[in-house]
Amino acid sequence: MKLSENWLREWASPNATIHEIADRLIMGGLELEIEPAIDTLPEGVVVGCIVSTEKHPQADRLQVCGVDVGTGETLQIVCGAPNARPGIKVPCARVGARLPGGLEITQAKLRGVDSAGMLCSAKELSLSDKSDGLLELDLNAKPGQPITDYLNLQDNVLNLEITPNRGDCLSVLGLARDVAALFDVNLKRPNLPAAVVVGDQRLRVEVEDVETCPTYSGRIISKIKTTARTPDWMRERLRRSGLRCINPVVDTTNYVMLELGQPLHAFDRDKLRGSISVRRARAGEQITVLTGEALTLNHGELLITDDSGPIALAGVMGGMDSGVTEVTTTIFLESACFAPTAITGTARRHKLTSDAAYRYERGVDPALHRTAIDRASQLIADICGGEVHPIAQAGRTQPDPISIRLRHSRLNELLGHEIPAKTVEALLARLNIVTRNEVGGVWLARIPSYRYDLRIEVDLIEEVARLYGYDDIPARPYAAALAPSRPPEARRTLDNARATLCARGWQETISLAFVDPSMQTLLAPDTASVKLDNPIAENLSAMRTTLWPGLIQSWLHNRQRQIGRMRLFETGVCFADQNGTVHETSRISGLAVGTAVPEQWGAPERPVDFYDVKAELTALFAPDDAEFRFEAASNPALHPGRCARILRGEQVVGWLGELHPRVVQQLDVPQVPVLFEIDWAAVATTRVPVAQALSEFPSSRRDLAVVVDEAITADQLLDCVRAAGGALLRRAFVFDIYRGEAVGNACKSVALGLIFNDYSRTLTVEDIDAATADVVESLTQQLRAVIRQ
Amino acid sequence: MTDQLEQLLQSAQTAVSAATDSRVLEQLRVDLLGKKGSITEQMKQLGTLQGYERKAFGERINKVKSAVSDLIEARAKTLADADLQAKLAAERIDVTLPGRGDGSGGLHPITRTINRMRHLFGELGFETVEGPEIEDDFHNFTALNIPELHPARAMQDTFYVMDAARVLRTHTSPVQIRTMQQRQPPIRIICPGRVYRCDSDRTHSPMFHQVEGLYVAEKVTFADMKYDLQMFHSRFFEREVEVRLRPSFFPFTEPSAEMDIKDEKGRWLEVGGCGMVHPKVFEAVGIDPERYTGYAFGMGVERLAMLRYGVDDLRLFFNNDLRFLEQFK
Repeated sequence: MKLSENWLREWASPNATIHEIADRLIMGGLELEIEPAIDTLPEGVVVGCIVSTEKHPQADRLQVCGVDVGTGETLQIVCGAPNARPGIKVPCARVGARLPGGLEITQAKLRGVDSAGMLCSAKELSLSDKSDGLLELDLNAKPGQPITDYLNLQDNVLNLEITPNRGDCLSVLGLARDVAALFDVNLKRPNLPAAVVVGDQRLRVEVEDVETCPTYSGRIISKIKTTARTPDWMRERLRRSGLRCINPVVDTTNYVMLELGQPLHAFDRDKLRGSISVRRARAGEQITVLTGEALTLNHGELLITDDSGPIALAGVMGGMDSGVTEVTTTIFLESACFAPTAITGTARRHKLTSDAAYRYERGVDPALHRTAIDRASQLIADICGGEVHPIAQAGRTQPDPISIRLRHSRLNELLGHEIPAKTVEALLARLNIVTRNEVGGVWLARIPSYRYDLRIEVDLIEEVARLYGYDDIPARPYAAALAPSRPPEARRTLDNARATLCARGWQETISLAFVDPSMQTLLAPDTASVKLDNPIAENLSAMRTTLWPGLIQSWLHNRQRQIGRMRLFETGVCFADQNGTVHETSRISGLAVGTAVPEQWGAPERPVDFYDVKAELTALFAPDDAEFRFEAASNPALHPGRCARILRGEQVVGWLGELHPRVVQQLDVPQVPVLFEIDWAAVATTRVPVAQALSEFPSSRRDLAVVVDEAITADQLLDCVRAAGGALLRRAFVFDIYRGEAVGNACKSVALGLIFNDYSRTLTVEDIDAATADVVESLTQQLRAVIRQ
Repeated sequence: MTDQLEQLLQSAQTAVSAATDSRVLEQLRVDLLGKKGSITEQMKQLGTLQGYERKAFGERINKVKSAVSDLIEARAKTLADADLQAKLAAERIDVTLPGRGDGSGGLHPITRTINRMRHLFGELGFETVEGPEIEDDFHNFTALNIPELHPARAMQDTFYVMDAARVLRTHTSPVQIRTMQQRQPPIRIICPGRVYRCDSDRTHSPMFHQVEGLYVAEKVTFADMKYDLQMFHSRFFEREVEVRLRPSFFPFTEPSAEMDIKDEKGRWLEVGGCGMVHPKVFEAVGIDPERYTGYAFGMGVERLAMLRYGVDDLRLFFNNDLRFLEQFK
């Protein structure tokens, strides 16, 4: 909301600059910015009266005007504006004047005719972005008066951002009340004469439910001229508030709304049939509103109706058919109070915005309607002439007063600062909140009707704190009531995992959680994703079911920036739609691409492969890495022959593998990344270490070379060895693999290292031979292994 | 005979110092001191002498013998040292070549910032709590005193999913609600995490991060909140940071305030919101608002990261350009 500083100062004018006022308002909870009413003040521009016009002898479109600027002599000014005509008052830039755009006016000759100045449009004075002719002023404007004085241009505009609770500040009156309270000055109440009632016409008005419409009032004003001109002073204030002038009736209702905060609406009386009723809509009823849109109403939306049907969407917008036009001669002026709950949502449902709805949704003072209708009636009568008729009213005359109990002790306890009782009373008094002492340090505070936001004790505490000043409540070191947790040691945290990966050369990334659904379908066609109902863009419309789309996008982004080797990881939540229920899982995923180690002098260059990344996972799973198994399996995102699902016990906890060649081809990139993704919850559990006794006896090693079928996996071999090795076998591992003619086609020779040890004695050769023989026998029988000698 | 010994000693001296490797030196030892060595040969003459002469000559030979032996030993050590030096010189490497393997990776600056915040609040006894990112209406709005038709809902542009049955959480406040539903005070937590708002331009990302805090106990005050927030910012930025609380409105707190900090150029910058937990929020989660009070705050992690690390473009955080990310190793 924008308001003129000069207008505000008519209502409350502390001895402070506008910037001091702004600072105080900001620290009082009202956000605002100050803008000058006009970028640069024009210099040397005065009110001029065109006294004569003649056609320019050389140019069809120009006229030679005689202009009275109050000096007694008539200036000759050449003008091209189509609306230049004798009798009108316009801004006249005299020779020597400087316009806001920087233009300096000099004595000139236009097509051979002397011109002693320039007649100005609104645009030339920076009052408007566009204009289609001279700015016409009121006919009673006094020639010679500087335009800055006449239009009161030495002014600022307060551009306010009002929080939803402070609907009471959405007017000059409301803002002035808060300024007066914050500066502890009196609210000036300009004299607003009420219209004199001369007629006796009335429309019957009725209200179906006073809970939705506590008060409805209206009056007829007849014999008006809507072709009258809205006076400049009102035009300028509306302009400074960002409102367009329409006709004097609508302009006046807008003006009074800005001044007092009461939305008003004027109907063309002659378009109304019978009596006026405020009632809820039946589903399917229709109305065409002022914007021209035909709306189909929902059940329960509040309406103003006459005998023919809906004539306005209550508190939001009037109907087009009953609107005031240039031929209107009699109006029915409405001033009503609607309950916020009855209005809220209606405008949004119909995608309408209106200043009235904005105010009613936040709450309009239920005691204001009478003052406002009287004020507006008087202004309309002043501007358009006409006869004012009595007010017809339905509903309550006065709102029920509201009082709240405020405990002094509670106030001090919540703020952590002692504010003396006298101060509290004085601060509340500034807000027109009258307090009455009850026993035991309790006040009964009577709330003004316009403060919809004050309903419970803490609302008052906030008001006291706000006026007292948050800055003046000192920060206080305190002893905290602690609730220390018992952080479980048998949990691996994501911090641990991140630190491990960072130390091993991986860079963390963070991607948006919404991804391109087509990419996601390619990578994870079997998981139903959660779709956004209102995405920003189609390629950000699905919640990720895997972190891979983000990692792939980061890879491609950096690849386009000449980075060929990268190891990226990301942690975050993935989302799946499981039969209508959202399922969230925390994941850690990675992508490695490029060479296995950074390109350098001392290591052969080879691309990163499955086993490089597997080692990273082993590090990540430590010390429980032995619990994890990698098993050949298929995943639509991964190379079918170079992909493993990761199991912990029987549970699948993740995937590791090369990106599927099909996807690589689609991305059109000559590189193949290795990807992993781990379900974090499955990995997060670990154990608190339990120390084991150390053997004091030496261990012995035996190596075996076994030839087996290609299809036999390392895990099969080692499982067999461990099962057969007996209690003395401490460790078994693969230390070489050989393929070649010597071992035959479709076979491989695997070198196994076996470590034997005992806690109570040094093992003898016989012990070890016996255990090794068991291993050999088992391998031979179960896996058809042949021992190479 | 004496002269002969003298000559032997002199020629041995010359020969030993001329020996350039250990093989030559060993041959010299054999030639001089071996069984048939020239000094050993001299010993044989002892048998031809008697009495005083024999004794004097014996002493003389032994002196020469031990002198030669010392010479050879000293020379041997010199040669061994030289050999070692040569060997070491031959084994020299270029220590300026880079090491093998990977360097260090790094955390994303947002993670780094959240970690710092968690650490600083952790020292003050705030436990970190997390919660779901897709929320229901109750936890994201209703329990926070934001009724369906309240204009306050229009303040937050919400992403809806599952036919508007669920929302992407617009703040991490639902985690506070879930925590208060599960525990009784004292509660002292921070809730870091991702939040979503339907807004995307130069200064708004549809996904961003918040750290919210909540302290509920008996007699928690506004002054306590002010202290903690001042303390936090001064510690986070490692300088005395002026914090300004500016009255504002949030449905879930009262009194409410916007939190501004003064930057080094003296400008006020908004970094978050805070306030005393609204009694209706306590009622929604079953905590007695008469017995307990509490404060809550929320801060934008991106905002703090930008101020702390001098990042001037929000979009840098989420396109994962390694040239940017690697600055935060």
